Amino acid sequence: MDEAEDRALSLSQDFGVWVAALLTLCVFSFLYKDNPLYKLAEHLFVGVSAGYYIVLNFWTVVVPNLFDPLYRAFTGHDPVTHAAVPQPGGPFAASLGDYRGWFLFPGLLGVLLFTRLSRRVDWMSRWSLAVIIGVYAGLKTTGFAQGDLVAQAQASLQPLWGPDLWTSLNAILFTVGLVTSLLFFFYSREHKGTLGVLARTGIVFLMVSFGAGYGYTVMSRLSLLIGRFQFLLEDWLGIK
Amino acid sequence: MGLAWLEKLDRRWLFLIVGLLVLGPLVRPIGVPLGSSKPVRQFHDAIAALPSHSIVLMSCDYDPGGKPEMVPPTRTAFRQLMEKHCRVVITCLWTGGSGLVDETIEQTANELRAKGMDIVYGRDYVDLGYKAGYEAVMVLMGKGIANAFPQDQRANRTSSLPLMHEVKDYSSFVLLVNISAGYPGTKEWVQQVNARFHLPMISACTAVSAPEYYPYLQSGQLRGLLGGMAGAAEYEKLRGEKGSATRGMDAQSLAHVFVALCIVMGNVVQWTKRRTAP
Repeated sequence: MDEAEDRALSLSQDFGVWVAALLTLCVFSFLYKDNPLYKLAEHLFVGVSAGYYIVLNFWTVVVPNLFDPLYRAFTGHDPVTHAAVPQPGGPFAASLGDYRGWFLFPGLLGVLLFTRLSRRVDWMSRWSLAVIIGVYAGLKTTGFAQGDLVAQAQASLQPLWGPDLWTSLNAILFTVGLVTSLLFFFYSREHKGTLGVLARTGIVFLMVSFGAGYGYTVMSRLSLLIGRFQFLLEDWLGIK
Repeated sequence: MGLAWLEKLDRRWLFLIVGLLVLGPLVRPIGVPLGSSKPVRQFHDAIAALPSHSIVLMSCDYDPGGKPEMVPPTRTAFRQLMEKHCRVVITCLWTGGSGLVDETIEQTANELRAKGMDIVYGRDYVDLGYKAGYEAVMVLMGKGIANAFPQDQRANRTSSLPLMHEVKDYSSFVLLVNISAGYPGTKEWVQQVNARFHLPMISACTAVSAPEYYPYLQSGQLRGLLGGMAGAAEYEKLRGEKGSATRGMDAQSLAHVFVALCIVMGNVVQWTKRRTAP
C-alpha cells in the first residue's frame, strides 16, 4: 500500500477550522459566479478585519507606546504591576529611550489627525501630516541614496573580462542589457538609426524582465491557492 | 473550425483545470524533482557559516495573507539557527503578523524541544513582537533595540530577558534574516539597515517581490535569497526537510505548465486569426 492509499479522512473537531473552511469555500464560489455566499464572506472579512486591526493597533501601538510611558512618567508607577518606578529629575527629564512626559507631543499630533472629522478644524491635521511626510521623505531619500543609487551604480561597474568565459559572458550581457535599457528611456532624440537599434535591443531585455516578473507573480498567486487547498485538505479534512 | 473556439471558451473551465491541477498532486504527490539554486544555497550557507552562540536578528515582516510562502522559510530558518546554537531576536513590522509569527516560532520551538533540544524563551530566542513605524523603527533600532521595543510580544519588559542583556543595537547581531512579504520588508531593511549599519543580511521573500530583490543579491547587499514557495522548497530540500513548501511544489509545477500552455495557445490563436484575416 503506498503513501496516497494510506490517507483517510479525519474531519477537524475545531469549530474555528470549520468556520475558516466554509468561508474559504464561500470565497471560491465566486469563481463560478457572484453569489450571496461570496458576498457574506466578503462583508464578514471587511468587518472583522477592520475591528481586529483597530483593537490590535490600540493594544500594541497606542497603549505600550503612549499610555504606559505617560502613566509611568506622571505617576511614578508601572501601569501593569503598579510597582514604584523612580523617575529621577521629574516627568520631563528625558534621555535616549526614556522620553517620559515628552510623549505628550506625539500624542497631541496623533489626536490632531482626528480633526479631519470636522471641516471647521480639519486644517490642524496638516501639522501632523507635515511631520509624518517630512520624517518619511527624509528617511526614504537617504535610504534610497545609500541602499540603491550608490550601491547599485557601484555594483553595475563590472569588469568585462572575468576569471573564466562564463563570468565574462555574464558581465558583457549584463552591461549590454543595462546600457540598452537605459537608452530606451532616452527620449531627447527620436529612436532612429543606431539609437533605434540600441533602444529596440533594450526592449528585448525589458521584455525578459517583465516575463520573469509575470512568472514570479503567477507563482505567488498559485502559492496562495495551494496554501488554501493545503488548509482544506490537511487542517479541515485531516488528510495528512 | 481550428482553434477559434478557444477564444470563446468560458474562463471557468480554466479555473476548474487549474483547481484540479493543484488539488490532484496535493492528494496524490507525483514527486517532481527539486534542485537547489545558487541564491538558495547562499541563504543556507550564510546561516551555516555562523559561529555558535552568535546573535541573529530575524525580522518576520508578513501577515496571514502571506502564510503559504512565508511560514515555511520562517520555520526552516529558525530550525537551522537553533541547530547552529545561535540565539535569535525576532521582530515584526506588519500589524497583523505578530500573532502568526509568534505561533509559528513557538510551534517550531516545541517541535525542537520534543526532539530533545534545550531551548528556552528569553535565553535562546526572544520575540519582540510588532512595532508600528516602518522605516522609522529600523532607524530607531540602531539607537538601541530595547529603545524601540520596551516590551516583548508576551508583555515582558525587554530589559528583564537574559538574551537582551547582550543586545544593544545592530552591532550586537552577526546577521539579519528577513522574511518579507512586501512593504516594509527586504527593500527597506537594505536601504535603512544594511546600507547605514552594514549588517549582513539574507532574505526569504514572496515570489512576486523576488525580481525586485535580485539586484541586491548581485550587488552583494543580500548574501542569499529565497524567492517564494519554490525557494522555500529548495531550502527545505537542502536541509533534508519535507515541509509544506515541498509538498506544494508538485501542484505549483503542474499549474505553471498549464499557464505556460495557455499563453502559447493564446498566441497561436491570435497568430492564426491574423493570418486568415482578409
